[in-house]
Amino acid sequence: MHARADALTENAASWPEDIFAILQRFDVRQVPYVPDAGHSQLIERVLGSPSMRAVPLTTEEEGVALLAGAWAGGQRGVLLMQSSGVGNCVNMLSLTQIFRFPFLTLVTMRGEWGEFNPWQVPMGSSTQGVFELSGIKVLRASHPDEVREVVEAAAGQAYDACTPTAVLLSQRLIGAKVFTK
Amino acid sequence: MSKANLLERRSVVSGLLTERKDAIVVGGLGASTYDIAAAGDHDRNFYLWGAMGGAVMIGLGIALAQPELPVVVITGDGEMLMGIGSLATVGLQKPGNLTIVVLDNEVYGETGGQASHTAATVDLVGVARSCGITDARIIATMADIEAFAPSIQGVSSGPRFVSIKIDSANLERVLSSRDRTFIVTRIRGALGFGPI
Repeated sequence: MHARADALTENAASWPEDIFAILQRFDVRQVPYVPDAGHSQLIERVLGSPSMRAVPLTTEEEGVALLAGAWAGGQRGVLLMQSSGVGNCVNMLSLTQIFRFPFLTLVTMRGEWGEFNPWQVPMGSSTQGVFELSGIKVLRASHPDEVREVVEAAAGQAYDACTPTAVLLSQRLIGAKVFTK
Repeated sequence: MSKANLLERRSVVSGLLTERKDAIVVGGLGASTYDIAAAGDHDRNFYLWGAMGGAVMIGLGIALAQPELPVVVITGDGEMLMGIGSLATVGLQKPGNLTIVVLDNEVYGETGGQASHTAATVDLVGVARSCGITDARIIATMADIEAFAPSIQGVSSGPRFVSIKIDSANLERVLSSRDRTFIVTRIRGALGFGPI
């Protein structure tokens, strides 16, 4: 088992609760995700929510297409993924430019801030650039007390202004993954 | 030249959509979009001109948002193969109102007719079934297309998966609108959703 340094499961952090509350307030209904330890608390909340549909994916690009369909069908959604998954989305991200639909993704970062696993570094380093080249606005939260404000701003511009937006949740916020035997 | 006994794609699609009623129809990138356009433009047609591999997931997003409406994804074997994992995602969600139709000509027709995996090895119905889509079948005759078409209307009996072996003739393109905001705004309007 791998545990996060700050042991989220034992001492639940408050920022995932802040995110969940914002998603509820914005009436987010479809939540596609590829699991990441940094999103585990939020995923649990989504799975337990009667108003949200959690949609586990086989690859992150599925989530981009799902959210385009959700918008056509009248619902809002948010894609939860890890930075390595952003690279899997590249061509499908054209849907956000094509339809200008209210695309919001929350990305837990790897490959930075004390990363143990060098294999995470290349994609983690290009995550922001990939989004920007794809025409998606990028906001970042690095401290627990700024998550609410940042995600609120992101949700506002995504859902109210149809401005495709990604929030990067820094590894500094989540805690570097600890690899123990 | 076409092989014998294979169905003609335009007849298949128009046969499936003759009595579509309120169904939303998603057309995968390439000839499937032309086939849907050829069957008749419609407020509830979602034409794809890109995003290869995304047709089934777009259909799933609509199906989850509109569980009382039939949603039909019509796509080709190459587009389906690129998004093959989406069958596993659909199998998990089990949307009762979603039907996936693959027009399988065993080639990448838009790019020069190169063989696809279904020409040699891949059994798409087997893949769908093993992903949890239990209603998965091959249709090989126009009589069976006609018999199957009404079941698309069922919103609690899906998901359904149908593979139809069609001939690989490249037909004259019937170009749908490529205006992306028009396409999605029109569908949203048909469902009662206004602009932001």
